[in-house]
Amino acid sequence: MWSFFHKLGSPPWLYRIAGVLLRWLLPVSLLALGTGLIWGLLFTAPDFRQGNSYRIIYIHVPAAVVALAGYYVMALAGAVSLIWKMKVADIAMKATAPVGAALTFIALVTGSIWGKPTWGTWWVWDARITSMLILLFLYLGVIALYEAYDNKAAAGRACAVLSLVGTVNIPIIYKSVDWWYSLHQPASIKFTGESTIDPTMLYPLLLSIIAFYGVFTCALLGNMRAEILARETRTGWVRRLAGGEV
Amino acid sequence: MYFDSFKAMLVMDGHGAYVWAAYGLTLLVLSLVLAAPGRRRRRLLRELRGELRRQARHGTKEAAYASGS
Repeated sequence: MWSFFHKLGSPPWLYRIAGVLLRWLLPVSLLALGTGLIWGLLFTAPDFRQGNSYRIIYIHVPAAVVALAGYYVMALAGAVSLIWKMKVADIAMKATAPVGAALTFIALVTGSIWGKPTWGTWWVWDARITSMLILLFLYLGVIALYEAYDNKAAAGRACAVLSLVGTVNIPIIYKSVDWWYSLHQPASIKFTGESTIDPTMLYPLLLSIIAFYGVFTCALLGNMRAEILARETRTGWVRRLAGGEV
Repeated sequence: MYFDSFKAMLVMDGHGAYVWAAYGLTLLVLSLVLAAPGRRRRRLLRELRGELRRQARHGTKEAAYASGS
């Protein structure tokens, strides 16, 4: 167990393991994504009230779910890097921010496109949508804050604090559809009790959510690999890597 | 397949433009996100390789490796 933590602190080991993981996780995730999306897009019946526009659910919900989960990863990595000064945690935190921002952006834009035929408007200042917009700004804030510092250790600490403070927003996002009942519909998938979504629609949605988790993990691992290289350019193993590749 | 024809699939009873735009944009953003780290990694390695080659031309190859280890 301890040797695992010891290895986790070793950049060359992490770089190599992340590369091995990516080699099988990326094709599996893309296959799951393709299957889930085509299934939902072409092989399910339309919603009896919303018609075909509901098919956006197969990208909107997974993107939103994983954007939120990504924030946990970022805040947790931030906490670990603050408390134990683990370099890997700082790298993970920085690597998560752009992926989370992209997923939040997808959730917002697809929601907006879905809103037009369903609610008759592209945008409302509804609690769920507004708190998701704040999530996007938190992700972008971490990216901008990191770039703003020349001292990367100070940048890491500032970003960790920002991401930890931002976790206040997470329960607000979850509860927003119950606390403020507005245009946005409440969750249809429940861990406790019966889901209010038909199984024929639930399965492709679940597959798509799993696929989005996979894509998120792949992008995260890839970003971490690139970040490790960028920070270790002065070391022997990176120089041998650069000399060896081509 | 739910749709009877290719045209029905594209039109989706009038919702086609919204649905296809949402899917197209999502796939675009996801592919950018997935491609970005590999591009950055290859660029870093390429730059470093160039630097190493310049150092090697000036006969300081040993020094370059030694400084890194």
